[in-house]
Amino acid sequence: MPVTVDKPEQLESWDLVLHPRTRWFDLHLGDLLRYRDLIWLFVKRDFITFYKQTILGPLWYILQPLLTTVVFTVIFGKFGKIPTDGIPRFIFYLSGTVTWSYFANCLSQTSNTFIKNAGVFGKVYFPRLSVPISVVIINLAKFSIQFIVFLTFYTYSIVKGASIRPGLFILLLPVLVFQMALLSFGTGILVSSLTTKYRDLNFVMTFAVQLWMYGSSVIIPASVVAEKVSTRWLYVYMLNPMVSIVEMFRYAFFGEGLVKPVFIAMGWCVTLLVLFAGVTLFGRIEKNFMDTI
Amino acid sequence: MADEVVRIENLAKQYRYGVISHGTLYKDLQSWWARFRGREDPNLRITDEAVPGLEGERFWALQDINLEIKRGERVGIIGRNGAGKSTLLKILSRVTTPTKGLVKLKGRVTSLLEVGTGFHPEQTGRENIFLNGAILGMSREETRRKLDEIVVFAGVERFLDTPVKRYSSGMYVRLAFAVAAYLDSEILVVDEVLAVGDAEFQRKCLGKMKDVAGQGRTILFVSHNMSAIRNLCPRVVLLSNGRLVMDGDSSHTVAHYLSQNLVEGGVADSVELEARMEGQINRRNPSIRFREIALLDEFGTQKSLFNSDEDIIVSITFECLRRVQNLHILVDIVDEDNASILSSYNVDDPNVTTNFYELNPGGYKAFCTLPKNTFGERNFFLTVCLISLKTEHVTVKKILEFEVKFQGYNDNYCIGNDVFVRPQLKWKMQPIDSVHVNNYWE
Repeated sequence: MPVTVDKPEQLESWDLVLHPRTRWFDLHLGDLLRYRDLIWLFVKRDFITFYKQTILGPLWYILQPLLTTVVFTVIFGKFGKIPTDGIPRFIFYLSGTVTWSYFANCLSQTSNTFIKNAGVFGKVYFPRLSVPISVVIINLAKFSIQFIVFLTFYTYSIVKGASIRPGLFILLLPVLVFQMALLSFGTGILVSSLTTKYRDLNFVMTFAVQLWMYGSSVIIPASVVAEKVSTRWLYVYMLNPMVSIVEMFRYAFFGEGLVKPVFIAMGWCVTLLVLFAGVTLFGRIEKNFMDTI
Repeated sequence: MADEVVRIENLAKQYRYGVISHGTLYKDLQSWWARFRGREDPNLRITDEAVPGLEGERFWALQDINLEIKRGERVGIIGRNGAGKSTLLKILSRVTTPTKGLVKLKGRVTSLLEVGTGFHPEQTGRENIFLNGAILGMSREETRRKLDEIVVFAGVERFLDTPVKRYSSGMYVRLAFAVAAYLDSEILVVDEVLAVGDAEFQRKCLGKMKDVAGQGRTILFVSHNMSAIRNLCPRVVLLSNGRLVMDGDSSHTVAHYLSQNLVEGGVADSVELEARMEGQINRRNPSIRFREIALLDEFGTQKSLFNSDEDIIVSITFECLRRVQNLHILVDIVDEDNASILSSYNVDDPNVTTNFYELNPGGYKAFCTLPKNTFGERNFFLTVCLISLKTEHVTVKKILEFEVKFQGYNDNYCIGNDVFVRPQLKWKMQPIDSVHVNNYWE
């Protein structure tokens, strides 16, 4: 229905006009800014309530990557004999696990944004993006704890005389974390938008995240992949931004890793593309998803 | 027109019926691709039946709604279930978007949340107040300014730093209401929240909502409780099948709505009675069972809306499945919260008691007359109990609802609202210097 805006209408100052259909790319960024207190309170809530329900509390943050790393070291290292670029196995897998778990946690938690919050979303308006944003922030706290664990073992390895040397790339660590945040956020909201219509995607996700890990050089370093496949397939492999993120992380701390400007650029392109797609679709879905859920 | 805060223009909302999408990603992509190229959707179902309100698998939950609301107005929205009340509020509170038309708003809209929406059980009352405030769009500073008032209103001063999972449900509701009511939004949307909480608290809420409107905030109130609507809202909008059918002063609109619904109320059949019965029930060897309960006027017409100047007759049809001795029938008129307002036993009446001492198997009908000029203007509920002493007690609680419209006495309509019992009593008045001063009933 075309709506003609005549002169007297314009004189009136309405704070908000609800239209049937808004533009494709409508982020409500202003709203997000106004609701920044809400994001902060979500973060606080999740942080507090996590402790309150467990016996070991934050200790889980530490145990989780350590146990996974031990399993990887035994299975893929001792039995599988997969090379680790000359880096001590335990610290190699730990670096992968810590980075990956930030990404995976963000992804799996943001991907059920709509389903999990259907109750609140159905009652009251607030910028829906504040929920996944708070997830990405809260997981930073978790990541920090795990990163300290990594640093502890890392220092121990150096003291023990392992042949690893940190590079200046370490300074780029915040950029790496930021890229992971963007990528997991983008993928997560993309998936959560789709799950409002196709519920089975939710089950696919747990499986997909696991598969994604195997394709992200957490276990098999990119250098090994590069040896086995042709250049063309290597480029396809590098389309996964997590490969270059994990590789850069290792390069920063161990001085080993497959890092090329072209791979970094590809990673960023994919990240931004996914982010754009996610935000766009999320914006489309959030307006009317209560009617379909 | 400068004082308008809400203007709704040609608003319509369409929902899809039943199946939301084709269910598979593949078919959706196929349809989308076809539409993208301007071709016909290969998955479109072809129908040519014209169902009113339905278009294929779609139906209009709201159609052609035009409404203007001014600052400080308290507007009630009534209608049957499915009339579109909640859809309208959802659009206003931005939970969903309109399909057609525009909604223009001045100021923020907050909705009074359902009990515990957005409350986290592990967090303390204080933390939840801030979180809830933020969900409703308030900054921490704004919430902090109102914190004391909220806490006092909700009566949770001593439990402010206790996790809300330890709160009673009453405290929960009070807190939720208080947060929304005290925050400074320009438009407050209330959807049937007052159904919970005790009578005392409901009165408090209604009072607070009146205050709120007095401060220039606008209230939109959806409820099935007609006395609450009439009490709070001078203006009432009636929705029916997604259309706005009436917009006017509350007594007018409510009366119109209730008169439409006469056929619906006034009778409960045996299926409903069986489902609702409680008490001491012997299922294997039943002695007494309800068959029908109805509310009639003196002409025997089933109704649920009565004028206060007409008799209300409770008709109770029941069956004795074996010989029953000493049957008592209790008629109890209660309020929303099951508090008894008036009770009567069949054995109270000296003329019928003897009949009930010895009953042979078979069907019976009992009538109880609630005399005219007894009730005030309220909604009442009927509870009926069949008691066969020592064998069975069969109770149906709040089985029927009826509304009494107070007619006033001697052309004087004042103070009949919101009072349960408003009988015509004997009065006498005289100057105290009169010679008859000690002899009132002379």
